[in-house]
Amino acid sequence: MQLTNRAKTVDRRPMTFLESIYLWNIAKGMAITISHLFKRKATIQYPEQKRSFSKVFRGLHVLNRDAEGRENCTACGLCAVACPAEAITMEAAERLPGEEHLYREEKYAARYEINMLRCIFCGLCEEACPKDAIYLSQTFAPANYGRKGFIYKKEELLIPHPVKDKEAYEKALGDRATKN
Amino acid sequence: MYLLATDLWFILEKAILIACIIGLSFFIAMYTTYAERKVAGWLQDRHGPNRAGPFGIFQPLADGGKLFFKEEIIPLASNKILFLVGPGLAMVTSLVTSTVIPWGAPVVTGNGTIPLQVADVDMGILIVFSVVSVGVYGIMIGGWASNNKFSLIAAIRGASQMVSYELPMGLALIAVIFMTGSLKMSEIVASQAAHGWHVVYQPLGFIIFFVCALAECNRTPFDLPEAENELNFGYHQEYSSMKLGFYLFAEYINMFVSSAVITTLYFGGYDIPFVNEAAWGLEPWLLSLVSFGVLMAKIAFFLFVFIWIRWTIPRFRYDQLMNLGWKKLIPLALANMIISAAVMLWLRR
Repeated sequence: MQLTNRAKTVDRRPMTFLESIYLWNIAKGMAITISHLFKRKATIQYPEQKRSFSKVFRGLHVLNRDAEGRENCTACGLCAVACPAEAITMEAAERLPGEEHLYREEKYAARYEINMLRCIFCGLCEEACPKDAIYLSQTFAPANYGRKGFIYKKEELLIPHPVKDKEAYEKALGDRATKN
Repeated sequence: MYLLATDLWFILEKAILIACIIGLSFFIAMYTTYAERKVAGWLQDRHGPNRAGPFGIFQPLADGGKLFFKEEIIPLASNKILFLVGPGLAMVTSLVTSTVIPWGAPVVTGNGTIPLQVADVDMGILIVFSVVSVGVYGIMIGGWASNNKFSLIAAIRGASQMVSYELPMGLALIAVIFMTGSLKMSEIVASQAAHGWHVVYQPLGFIIFFVCALAECNRTPFDLPEAENELNFGYHQEYSSMKLGFYLFAEYINMFVSSAVITTLYFGGYDIPFVNEAAWGLEPWLLSLVSFGVLMAKIAFFLFVFIWIRWTIPRFRYDQLMNLGWKKLIPLALANMIISAAVMLWLRR
């Protein structure tokens, strides 16, 4: 059955003498390659230039803070449950008196780790989170020499303090968090 | 004693010239590797190497330095002496070819003329041919001494390819020799300066010669001895460090020298087209310099074409290679030779 009318029948006749010295076809090929000499280069010169990502790009995770700089995360574990790659590990701890300026609610994550080699950047943790504590930013994990370096701890994941370091906070927040 | 006394200056002059040409060959070969990578990049919509220095111009130095510091591995089962001789022979033969090429108009001084040619022998073009044929020994010895089946297959392929493509090359050349009546390189250039470039009279001969030159240099589409994807780099598979560098370098020097030979035989050598440069009244050394520059420009063009072809067409299959050589190029070259002979007889030139 004919599906499209774009099919081309292959010419299987033996080559004529002129065809068999290939010169004309080679000349056609060379015309194609020389035309590429003047085309725009597709390369992005990486460390100097960077590719711009789309608005919905899902990159590295960020643990969010509220406007006063307190951590949102309550270590409920919903993100770890939602994670299809089982990349998230956490340990909960109880907030002690005097730590109210550090953690928003009475329970917090003492340890929070994401294995970036396991993570598939699907964003299900972001959807699962009831506290708006984790979301995916618009940067990606830089190269590393060891596997250990790809297990991101709280130090790497936490967003900069919104009051003490406003500029870095705004930058890390990106487009996706404001949408939520 | 008399001979020695008078020839001392002559020997010095030639020694300087030889040193200059070898230095030049190495320099050009070095930057041909850079040009190869750069042009490959451009033809594939990339930038090519651009990190080492401005526009990446120190890339060849970085490559060479890397090769020098690589570990030297000589396989246990190899024939050690031949294994060492192979790369050296490839390098020597590719350099020797440059002796008979006239690199510019002779410099006329008060004490006589200094030709910019190491040896203007009567059978110049035959020397090119004989040395190029010896060039395959570098590949054969390297491939044999490696004691590796892939290398051996590559060596055999290289040898048969050389034999097949030297025949049409020589036949195409005979038509050129008909026109000049001399095998001397300097006279071939002089006759082109007087009567016009040979490529105008011998377009078919030029195409045959150029295709064969590609095959003699083991360049794509005739790089069967290397054949990265079927023979695993062929004859230089077992080589490492600077021995590998010698093989790769010899290929680029070969390219440079064969571009020079093509230019000399078909594109007027150092002759500047459409003008009579002798009428400008320039200083003789300046005129030589200009003619040398013109030769270099023509060579650069051919080097570009070599690279351009490499990044356009894939490798021939072995049977296609043999068919093209024996069934297409040799009959064409014979026809070209006979027709040019008949026409010249008719015109009584």
